[in-house]
Amino acid sequence: MTESSQDENITLFTYSEIEEVKGFIGNFEVTIRKKARSVDMSKCTGCGECQQKCPRKIPSEFDMGLGNRKAIYTPFTQAVPNVPVIDREHCTFFTKGKCQVCSKVCPTGAIDYEQQDELITEKFGAIVVATGFSPFNWTVYGEYGAGKFKDIITGLHLERMLDTSGPTAGKVIRPSDGKEAKTVAFLQCVGSRDPSKGVPYCSRVCCMYTAKHALLLKDHVPDSQSYVFYIDIRSPGKNYEEFVNRVQEESGAIYIRGRVSKIYQKGDKLIVCASDTLLGEPLKIEADLVVLASAMIPQADAKQLAQKLKIPCDQFGFYTEVHPKLEPVASVTRGIYLTGSCQFPKDIPDTVAMSGAASVGVCSILSQDEMTIEPRIACVDETRCTGCLNCIEVCPFNAIEEKPINGKVLAHVIESLCQGCGNCCSTCRVRAIEVRGFTDEQLYCQIASALEPI
Amino acid sequence: MVVLPEGEKVQSFRNLIIERCGEDVGKCIQCGKCSSGCPLAVEMEYIPNQIMELIRLNQEEKVLTSNSFWFCASCQTCSIRCPHDIDIAKVMNTLRKLNLEKGYQPADKGISQFNQIFLDSIKSHGRVYELGMVTRFNLSTGQPLKDASFGPAMILKSKIALLPHRIKGLHTIKTIFKKSKKFT
Repeated sequence: MTESSQDENITLFTYSEIEEVKGFIGNFEVTIRKKARSVDMSKCTGCGECQQKCPRKIPSEFDMGLGNRKAIYTPFTQAVPNVPVIDREHCTFFTKGKCQVCSKVCPTGAIDYEQQDELITEKFGAIVVATGFSPFNWTVYGEYGAGKFKDIITGLHLERMLDTSGPTAGKVIRPSDGKEAKTVAFLQCVGSRDPSKGVPYCSRVCCMYTAKHALLLKDHVPDSQSYVFYIDIRSPGKNYEEFVNRVQEESGAIYIRGRVSKIYQKGDKLIVCASDTLLGEPLKIEADLVVLASAMIPQADAKQLAQKLKIPCDQFGFYTEVHPKLEPVASVTRGIYLTGSCQFPKDIPDTVAMSGAASVGVCSILSQDEMTIEPRIACVDETRCTGCLNCIEVCPFNAIEEKPINGKVLAHVIESLCQGCGNCCSTCRVRAIEVRGFTDEQLYCQIASALEPI
Repeated sequence: MVVLPEGEKVQSFRNLIIERCGEDVGKCIQCGKCSSGCPLAVEMEYIPNQIMELIRLNQEEKVLTSNSFWFCASCQTCSIRCPHDIDIAKVMNTLRKLNLEKGYQPADKGISQFNQIFLDSIKSHGRVYELGMVTRFNLSTGQPLKDASFGPAMILKSKIALLPHRIKGLHTIKTIFKKSKKFT
């Protein structure tokens, strides 16, 4: 990340959102909202004095609420750029009008409470969407306590705990009493493969990260014992299956096939009730800590972004590719590429591979002055077009625009966007728009010759 | 209901089996190939893959009081077919030893008694003395006349002998028994 921030050909817009996307492949015009960070980026040296002195503590989003951050903060230590931002929702100055400690301690006077959101418009040739995923809200499961048991956490919480520079300095503790966890139950497919309460698809990464967690747990707490409740172990990938086997043999993790039916509290322990379906017997464990592998779901605002970018998404909100096998990283709107978990749940190797494919796709557009496109695209007969513009409504690729000619507004096809689907042709009442190579005249001739007696 | 102990104690039975015969049931992937090939699985309380699972879950009592390993014929089909090279027949044999050592009541008394009487017969004659073995087994299980009606016909047809035969060099058999004691 630091490297990309220093590259002269890369401009990073951090703490920014996309407002509007206009134009088409090679000619995108994107309006970006640079949110007010209340810190002047040109003056800040990243000394961190303000973060130390800020009196307001808020649960850190990056640490999954296990640790605290200040109201003026960088999300994590290696964040790029190393310039903090003021969280105006929680800052004492913005909420109560008093404090200004950060501005007093800042040696360069970089704090600017007056800063406003800034809208900038830039031109781009291509767009890569890599907005990621969000975790499934597992509290819909009443049988797992609906969130009332503090010692039920998710894999992301454990990931932060296992980090030696994280909120617990590498200790795996029970959030309720801070004691070290000895018996840990891992539950797979929480939300995944569950159409009734969660999502029907498999989140793909949980089997592997749970195996990793079981191994790391043994490293961090040598006398610990982990149990993994699974439905199927999905480990298709280079050395993945071997890794899962190694975890079972070396770290002694016990894999039990069966979904956990209920978790309840008894004393300070959590009783995990399940059934070993391979044995055909019910089973009970007294666990110190329960770790849920909650499903990966699209970002909450994925559909809004799809509308801005004019790209389709599936019923869940994952962005759709042109073809799962032939064009797995291109979106239906030309010039927009997809990578990472915004498309479907992906692990790191898949994301890296598909990001490579997406960037090559972008380079192939940017490296040429002219584009080669399919010849079978729609064409408007301007002498016939009445300007009803019904075709604009039906075009799935946004390839038709309005074009004023002699005081009238007619339809016009953007040739680089049209995919030749023919929706506009069947909609046009005056037959003014036709796909080249499939004009009415050509089709009638074909039918006539096919019906001719031999 | 299987209730699992706290912490690492759950590994103790698995480790005991490793210590006794070198076979790690932790390698088991529960594919079920052992059980599907086992000719005696239909008779067993827990089929071989379930025995592997129970050992892994530290269910010592459940395993050692079951009849599964007594029914095992040591045909080795499971061991040969296991994709993770677990010698399941060897594990079954170890369970038999553990059952006797730890003083658990065998689930099927007859099987362990039969095994003992069979071995005694070999020990004293160098081969099986059928009539003596059957009589002893019938008496010890309290059913003295079981299958007795077949006896005369079988003796007349020389299928079984009235008196025991001894093999040559009986002393070597005795040496074998002595030495095998050392290994157990």
